[in-house]
Formats: sequence, C-alpha cells, structure tokens
Amino acid sequence: MTPLLEARHLTRVFGGGFFARQKTRALLDFSLRVESEPPSITAIVGESGSGKTTLARLLLGVISPTSGDVLYQGKPLPSMSRDERRAFRRDVQVIFQDPYDAYNPYYKVDHVLAKPIANFGLASSTREAKALVEQVLEAVGLRPEETLGRYPHQLSGGQRQRIMVARALLPKPRIIVADEPVSMVDASLRATILGSLRKLNEDFGISVLYITHDLTTAYQISENIIVLYGGSVAEAGDVELVVREPKHPYTQLLVGSIPSPNPRHRWGTRPVVESRKASANGSCRFAARCPSAMPKCWEMHPPLFQSDVHRVVACYLHEGAPTADSTAMDEVFVRA
Amino acid sequence: MTATENAVLEVDDLRVHYHTKYGPVKAVNGVSFTLRQSERLGLVGESGSGKSTTGLAIMRLIKPPGKIEAGHVLLDGVDVLGLSEPALRRMRLGAIALVAQGAMNSLNPVMRVGDQIADALIDHGEHSTRKQLGERIGTLFERVGLRREDAKRFPHELSGGMKQRVCIAMAISLRPKVIVADEPTSALDVVVQRQVMDTLADVQDELGAAVILIGHDMGLMAQFVDRLGVMYAGELVEVSPMEAVYDEPLHPYTRLLIACLPSLEQKGVFAGIPGLPSSLLNPPPGCPFNPRCPHAMDRCRVERPVLREVREDRWVACHLHDGEVRADGMA
Repeated sequence: MTPLLEARHLTRVFGGGFFARQKTRALLDFSLRVESEPPSITAIVGESGSGKTTLARLLLGVISPTSGDVLYQGKPLPSMSRDERRAFRRDVQVIFQDPYDAYNPYYKVDHVLAKPIANFGLASSTREAKALVEQVLEAVGLRPEETLGRYPHQLSGGQRQRIMVARALLPKPRIIVADEPVSMVDASLRATILGSLRKLNEDFGISVLYITHDLTTAYQISENIIVLYGGSVAEAGDVELVVREPKHPYTQLLVGSIPSPNPRHRWGTRPVVESRKASANGSCRFAARCPSAMPKCWEMHPPLFQSDVHRVVACYLHEGAPTADSTAMDEVFVRA
Repeated sequence: MTATENAVLEVDDLRVHYHTKYGPVKAVNGVSFTLRQSERLGLVGESGSGKSTTGLAIMRLIKPPGKIEAGHVLLDGVDVLGLSEPALRRMRLGAIALVAQGAMNSLNPVMRVGDQIADALIDHGEHSTRKQLGERIGTLFERVGLRREDAKRFPHELSGGMKQRVCIAMAISLRPKVIVADEPTSALDVVVQRQVMDTLADVQDELGAAVILIGHDMGLMAQFVDRLGVMYAGELVEVSPMEAVYDEPLHPYTRLLIACLPSLEQKGVFAGIPGLPSSLLNPPPGCPFNPRCPHAMDRCRVERPVLREVREDRWVACHLHDGEVRADGMA
C-alpha cells in the first residue's frame, strides 16, 4: 500500500554558499512513512537545533530538501500537478507554535475560519459555512457563541490555539503536523489542547505528527516516538519503550532532565556539560556530550541498531543488535 | 503574615493596579508573604495570576500604567517602597537582584558580555582598576560555569543557556541577599534548563542568598524550591512547604494545577482546569476561584476567604478549611 506521506532520505543543508563559512546540516538522511490506515500519532522530539522544525517545513513543502524526496500518495511534491498540489495543501494541515502570531489583529477570529472555506470551496452557502465553523469549534471544545465575532486579543492563548486546531480541522485533512502547539500556553491549558489533538485522531481518523521538545506531552499522546539529535535519529520506536527505558545516552539525558512534580524525586546526577570540541563531521553527533563515548564514536556516526522488536537506536553501545536500514525505521513502530 | 525571626524579605498587603481606560486591573491584590534567609520560595500560577508583577513590585520596577497602590516591602527591615531613587538604585543589584523573564535577550548585542557586567559594577561604585574588574568578572564567569574568556564574547556568540548564565553572573555580582528569578528557563530546553537551575542552586548556596523563583511549571518548582506560594487572580491562595503541597494540596486550585501536569509515571490521566482565569477588571464576588472550583459552596460566592495558617507552616485561603484551627490555637 502506498503510504499517505513519505519522507525518503531527506537531507537539508543550510548555508555553505560562496561567502558562508560553514554549512549546517539541519537534517541528515531522514526517512519516515505515515500510512493512511490506521491513523497514528507520532511524536518527533528534540532540542533546539535538532532539526525537528526543518523536518516539519520539509514535510509541508515550505522548503525543499537538499537531497531526498517528500512524497504525498506516492507522488514527489515538486512533480505534482496543480490539482494534486491543492489536494496536498488541503489534506496536510499545520498547527504552529505561537497562537499569538498566527492571527491578524485587525480581523475578527471568524476570518481565519472563513478563509479556508472560501479557498477550498468547502461550503456552497453562507448557512452551510456557518454550520461547518460551528461544528469544528465544538469539536475542539469551544462554544461558537463565545468565540465568533471576537478579536484575537479578546481571547486567551488557549482559546486562540484551539481555534487554530479547529481551522486545521476545517478542510477535513488526513494529516496534521503540529509544531510545538503547546509550548506557548500554560500547563493548565496544555492538557486541553492535547486532548483536542487526540480527539481529532480518534474521532476523525486524522494522523498527527506531533513535533515538540517536551518528552512528557509526547509520551502522553503518541504511540511512537522519534528522538532527533543534531539532525539524525538517535532513537525511535514504541513510546513506552523509548521513554520508560531509554537506551540512547541522549534519550536518557532528556528523560533524566524532566523535572518531576514530586519533590522527593529530585534530579539525579548532573549531565555532562558539552565539551567544546564539537562533534567532527564523521563522528557520532552526540559524541561530544556523551558520557559513554568510545574511540569508535569519534570515527563514524552509528547506524540504527534494532535493539528490540519495537525500537531502533543509533548508538554503538547496542552494536550487538542487527542494523536497520534508515528507510525501514518505521517498521519497528507499533500499530494500533 | 506574622513576622518571622529570620526573615530577609517581608511583603505585606501588596497591591498593584494597572490603570486602563476600562478601570483598574488589580494584578496584585493584597499579597503578603515572608521570605526566610537562604530560602528558596516558589511563586506559581497561570499567566495573568500576578506572579511576575509581584516580583517586579518587590524591586519597585512597576512602570505606568501600573502603580503600587498599597502595601509594604521590607528588605532587611528597610521599606523598599519608601526609598529615594538613588537609594533604590543602590538596593537593586546590591541587595536584591533580578534574573528577568527572557533575561538573555536583555543583553546589549553590540557590547561584550563582560563589559556589561563591568558597567553594572562601576555604576554601583565598585571603582577599581581595569585589571581588577577583569579579574572579578572572570571569577564570576567561572562561578556560573562559563570560561573566563567568554567575558570577551558578544551575546550572539553564546547559546541561550550561556546567555542566561551571564545574567545570573550579573545578578550575583554584588552578592545580593535576595535573587528574584522570573521564569529564568522558560525559553530553554529541558537539558539546558536543568543546567541553568543547577547553576542558580550552586551560586545561591555559595552566597547564602534567598531566591524567589517565579514560574508556571510545577515540576521545576518541585525540583528547586523549599516552599511554594500559589497565586490566583492576583492573590496568594496557598503557601506551604513544597513536599506538603505535593502530598496534600489544600486549595482546590493547587490540586488542579498538580493534576494537569503530564507525567511519565501514568499515561492519559492529566486533564486541564475547566473554565478561564477570572477577570482582574471585574473579579467575581467572593473567592476569585469560585466559578472554576469543583467544591464551590454558597459561601464562596459571597465571602472572600483570607489567607490564614490552618496547620503548622501551611497557609491557605479557602472556605473548605474554615473549620481547621492550628493545634496550638495560634491561627
């Protein structure tokens, strides 16, 4: 079966032009397939500079890869016809990080909901359009009468972000790419927004790519997780395995740094502060910060080792396990 | 709140209003607390709960349309609100220092970071030779886990975590008694966040300073503070030792704040707090939390509960605890 959305050997390099001193490899040889059935929630986790936002922009076709392809229903994005591109734009929706920046303050919030209806011809009459808007607002837990007709500044951050979720839902998409949708809202509102995302997945069969730096929320809503470090996959697979018993030293560092709300579970041993010797081009990208770096790690970036049925890890500590091809990373994913 | 023997900072009935054309917004509405020597106190709450405004008001950094309407802030027995401008300038940084929200973006982009600290030192009358100043700044940088040479760098040459440490170095440069840290790690990822908090903990131990940590992340609070103050709609609704808050939150709002934190221990059990924070312009009568409170009674809708000590060192403003009296009868 053709996957719905596919990334094949995606690499994106920034800079390196005639005047630029150095190239930044934001993403290196990344492959992933999002199948149309069953609808899934996959988390992509990494710190700033890990390449997660670059990945989101590549998947949305906002920027083009230096090498590799993004395919929608088996067709590479650049070779799509006008109609196919429209279908792609309708089927793949995005929710951005900042619920404040996404609005034009001069327009009422109705505007962001009316636009996609007009653009994609989703309704044939005003009444139908209104019904559609009310339906999506209710789907994300907002009361239309309290939301419509207001200006963005009259709504809270959480309400604004939920309207963005409602907007993404309007064209009945098949995939939603959510790039840090809750990092700008309060902890108390986070749960509500993540709840709406999960509802979209369960009730409407929409697959979600949840991009974040927050492992706890990733754990809460996703089935599978991909941990990125320095543009490469460090560890991927079943979220229960990766988060609860991390095998890559970077994932272990991430999990260990999460502040627990229980004051008796204080942070354990302190992390290794990055040595200034940046990981050289050929070495493991995490070597400079890794507490268990071996001479080998400085020679070559490790391939993916399939340490468990539902997990791959890019680390020589797990060299004994069979290697997995980078395009086959998602074969270890659990399917609902 | 009663004065404590070893208090370094006492805040009493602090009120800050922002004057808008719709009327005064009561951002801080009668906040009282005591900061003990070398203590780490957390102030937690949703956006708009008044926690940052409280931090700024303690340093008298409120700008119009905001105004401190009433209250007392006693720093080592001196009323900050009554100080003259020059005395206030000496007090800031000298006795109480701020690591502001997004402090790392407050560094001057066209000035070497070391020189920015030197500026602050000179401004506070620390006249010494260039060499001595350089020496002192080098030591400060080492203390916050940076290299001496980093003082010669420009802000854009440093990472977010490093810039935040420069701000901590600046804050501790005159050995203040109190450090107010307002969401010092809100723009950083977890690993760097932890390093910055470790740095803050280290310098605090060395100086013996007290810290007020302001934020909305219960997890971060649990890792860092000794005592926690929970703010809602400009008021403190609970003040208790951190472990006690976690084990048995007394105020329903505190309980919901803890419950809405996603954890790695259980999957799918977190829920948001229903409703929206109450309006600071027209707060509801009675308890400000009553429209969202699952335990609201008739009394909560008419009578505003006051913060009182219901058990040893446990303060709460909630009618659910009206019947409780401290065992020694002091409440």
